[in-house]
Formats: sequence, C-alpha cells, structure tokens
Amino acid sequence: MNAVVVASGLSKRYKNTAALDNASFRIEAGRIVGLIGPNGAGKTTALKAILGLTDFQGELSVLGLDPRKQRGKLMEQVCFIADVAVLPRWIRVREAVDFVANVHPRFDRRKCEAFLARTKLTPEQRVKQMSKGMIVQLHLALVMAIDARLLVLDEPTLGLDILYRKQFYQNLLEDYFDENKTIIVTTHQVEEVEHILTDLMFIRDGKIVLDADMDAVGERFAEVMVGPDKAAAARALKPLDERQVFGKSIFLFDGVERAQLEALGEIRRPAVSDLFVATMKGTYA
Amino acid sequence: MKTPALNEMYWLVKREFWEHRGGFLWAPVITGGVFLLLNLMGVIAGEVFGAQHGIHSLFNARIHILDHALSADEAARAGMLMDMVMYSTTFIISIVLGFVVFFYCLGALYDDRRDRSLLFWKSLPLSDSATVFSKVVAGTLLAPVIAVVCGVVTGIAMLLMYVTTLSFHGVGAWHLLAYAHPFRVVANLVGTIPLYALWALPATGWLLLCSAWARSKPFLWAAVLPIAVGMMLGWFNLMGAPVMGNNWYWSDVCGRILLSVFPGSWLGAGNYQAVSSDAVHGLDALNLGTAYSVMGTPGFWIGAVAGLALLVGTIWLRRWRDDN
Repeated sequence: MNAVVVASGLSKRYKNTAALDNASFRIEAGRIVGLIGPNGAGKTTALKAILGLTDFQGELSVLGLDPRKQRGKLMEQVCFIADVAVLPRWIRVREAVDFVANVHPRFDRRKCEAFLARTKLTPEQRVKQMSKGMIVQLHLALVMAIDARLLVLDEPTLGLDILYRKQFYQNLLEDYFDENKTIIVTTHQVEEVEHILTDLMFIRDGKIVLDADMDAVGERFAEVMVGPDKAAAARALKPLDERQVFGKSIFLFDGVERAQLEALGEIRRPAVSDLFVATMKGTYA
Repeated sequence: MKTPALNEMYWLVKREFWEHRGGFLWAPVITGGVFLLLNLMGVIAGEVFGAQHGIHSLFNARIHILDHALSADEAARAGMLMDMVMYSTTFIISIVLGFVVFFYCLGALYDDRRDRSLLFWKSLPLSDSATVFSKVVAGTLLAPVIAVVCGVVTGIAMLLMYVTTLSFHGVGAWHLLAYAHPFRVVANLVGTIPLYALWALPATGWLLLCSAWARSKPFLWAAVLPIAVGMMLGWFNLMGAPVMGNNWYWSDVCGRILLSVFPGSWLGAGNYQAVSSDAVHGLDALNLGTAYSVMGTPGFWIGAVAGLALLVGTIWLRRWRDDN
C-alpha cells in the first residue's frame, strides 16, 4: 500500500502547551480519515504541519515530499479548505475561477463551471455579497475542480445550515472522491461524517489516542443495553462508559469478547460521538 | 506570457489590481478629474468675473505678445510653461500615489492574515517569494504606470482646455502647442518609473516586512519603531554621547524606509536650486539624466540592497509566520 501521509514523532509546542506530543500515524491512499478531537487537542496543528504551514519537530512525509521544504511542489497535489469562508471578500466568482485556472496546473475549468452552474452563484458576484453557505459552495467548486491527491478539510461546514452541510458532503462523495484520492477531515459534527469515514483518528492533548479503520472500530467497540439485574456483571467487565436510558444502562466496551457481551444484553455498534465522549472523558476537567 | 513563471506573475499582479482597483486606478483618475474640474471652475470664474467688471484689457495686454512671431526665448518659455502644466497634473497625482503605495504595502501581507483569506492563497501552489515579488511589482511598477497615464491624459486635457479658452477670446494659441514637448514629458515620466521602483525599495521592503510581521496595527509598528529609535538617538546626542549622526538617521534611514514611496523624493536641494536659477532650463531637474544621477550616490544603492534584504526577511516571515 502506498501511504499518503507518514508521520513519526511529530511534536510542536506553543509556549507552555504541547499542541502535538510525539504523534505518529500513517494515512493510506483512497481513505477518508476523520481526525477528531476536542478543542485545542492539536487537530489544526497536525493539519498545518501536513500542509507545510507550520514548523515542527519529528518526521513527516506527505506524498513523499517534506512539507517544510517542498511546499510549492506539494501544493500542486494537495488542496485544503481550512475553516469556513476564508475566501477574500473582495473577489468575484469570475475572478476567483480565472485566477485559480491560471495559476494551478491541475485545475479543470469546465468542471468548476459545471459545479457552479448547479448553484445560484453568478460570475460577477463578490464574496462579500454571499452567505456563508454560498462561499463554501464557491470554495468547494474551486477545490473539486482540482485534481489533487490529498484534500484536507478543517471544520469545512462549521456554522452552515443543515442543507448546506448535507450537500457539502454529498458533493464530495459523489463528484470528487475516488480510490486515487485521500481526504482528511476534522469536524465537531461527528454524526454527519461518521457514515462517510473509512478511518477514524482520535487526538487528545497532542497524542493520537485511537487510530483504526471503521470496521476495526465496529469489532473492537461495542455498546450493550443492560437491564438493572445484570448491571453489576457489566461493570465488572470494566466498561469505558455507562449511561442511563429508560431505566436501563448502556455500557460501552473496548475489546471485550462478543460472547461475554451477548450474555448481558443487546449489542449495538456505538456511534462515533458516544465513543468520542467516552474516550475524551475528563479532557476539560 | 508563455513561460509559466511569467504567466503566474502576470496573474498575481492582476490579482493585486483586482483587489486594489480603488487605490491603483480610481484614486489617480478621480484626482485628475477633480484637478481638471477645479481648473475649469477657475477658468469659468475668471470669465464671469472678467465679463462683469470689463477687465479685458488685462487679458489682452498679456496676450498681444502672441500676435507677433515669438522669439526663440519666448517660444522656449511658452514651451516650458506648457510642459509644466503637463508635469503639474502628474505631480499632484504622484502625491496621491505615494499615499496609495504606502498603505498598499502596509496592508498587502497583513489584510489577508487578518481576514484569514491567507489560508486560501496558501492553498494554491504559489511560492511565497512570487507572492511578495508580485506585491512589489504591483506597488512600484503597475501603480506608477497607471498614475503616469492618468497624469499625462489630465495634463493634455488641461492644455486643451486653456487653449480653447484662449481661442474664445480670439487668440489663436493652437500653434503654441507645437512648442510643448509632450513626448519628452512622457518619456521623462515613464523613464522615471524604474528609478522610482529602485529608490522606493527600502520603503517597500520595510513596509511589507511590517505588514508580514505585525500581529495587529502594522502602521504603528512601521511608523513608531523608526521614529522611537530616532528619538533615542536624539536623546543620546543631547546627553553628549556621540552615537551616530542624528541628521543622518532621520534623512537616510527613517526617511528612506518610510517616505521613499513618494515619487520624486530623490530630488535633492541641488535640484531645486536649478529650478529657481534659470527659467528656461528650470524643468531640467526632471530630465532623466538628472533624475538618474541619484544612482551615482552610494546611498541609493545601499538603500536598494537594504530594501532587498528586508524583502528576503518578508518572504521568510510570509512563509513561516504562524498566527496561532
């Protein structure tokens, strides 16, 4: 398998806090990786390191290039949408398309115009006249027309309404993603991305605390709904988390054998958000 | 436009023009327009005032000199007067240009960090040196070219306006236009632009550096820091400590890194003397030969090299400045 990103021992300190603390991970081609962590866990720093926007200690190779030294070359094959609505406010749709078409060697103008035709954006419209959702549509149209091997999305849908959010991920999956492309996405709206992710990475205090593909996550973690009579037995198996619903307890287990759990009650695949909450317990305490 | 690097630079500069159309294009156009309008109002006021009070003699007395063939000296004076009219419009627009370029440089690498659109530009395969270079080109080549075009067009419009006014009084002054030197004026103005770009380097370098470096209020950093240093030097001098020439600092450091963006700031006291001493050759100070003689001074080249060094620092900051 060819790895798109290989990081080993990434560290980065901002004054007294460690944004990245000896983090190592590997991202293969053709994956959609969710990088999930609480505020200040180092997600954005990790992405910035991948994009060559910040210096760091440790080894990092993105598409075989060093993002610190070969950034210009790297950006021909890497695209990113960092944060929502970062397009310059003065630019017009026509100008943005013209500019990217002329400075980006892998930009397909026809593709971009086809995406734009499906929106309400007009060529003379300026970014400052657009709603947040429309800005993201424009940005996405620009990015999807670039034949990049790696797309990095940092909170791409923050503050958008549900229609734009759904459409955003739908467009990405239907019109952009294929086995030659890799997407890394960070978001707090875990529910919306969990069904499109192929891999899950949890980051906490600058460390990668979970790194697994979604199938492995389904095998490793299990949620069991247990009646009051068996609650004590369930607790003996050291669950990650316990919460009460309708007089029953829902336990979240990590790596406990299926047979043991089946005896306790009904087994479900845990939602990523529940897994996240259980893993990050005590982060802000 | 065939080589990729040139094409990329063309689009980068075009991008700057899109963003700063107001300063680069509309500021000189409006300045020229307002200047024309003021002159037109002056002419009309003169006409009305003259008609009301019957002051024709004053006008006519001066104009009778045009009835006979002009002597060589008179022709030269008339030509110089008209050249001066053409220079004057560009002069006014140049002052505006100085302000435009000053604030353009201060904002060029700061505004996109403030509104975070930096993240969009950085997502494109553009090198930071190309980005910074495009801003230097836009500020010190593109903007002056537009200013000169506006200045010359306004100047010619002014000349035509005055000649037309004279012809209303039955004075055929059209032949006088032959004594003007529009091509020399244009050549002098256009030819000065490369000199301007080089002369302005310490200022563009310093302002862009502040623009790339400041986390907030780049103007304060850019202006207050050199002025504070100057005041410290002045204080040491006052205390009797022979540090370094205080005057030297103000004119050759502080002045150069802040005010070199004003066109013509290379003209020294010697040039002004030439203007007053001889009426006919008064505009020679604006000739290319005179203007470029500043290149013979070490200060010019030291400033240019210092400006380049500042730009190298700017590129480094643009590459690594992390706003977290």
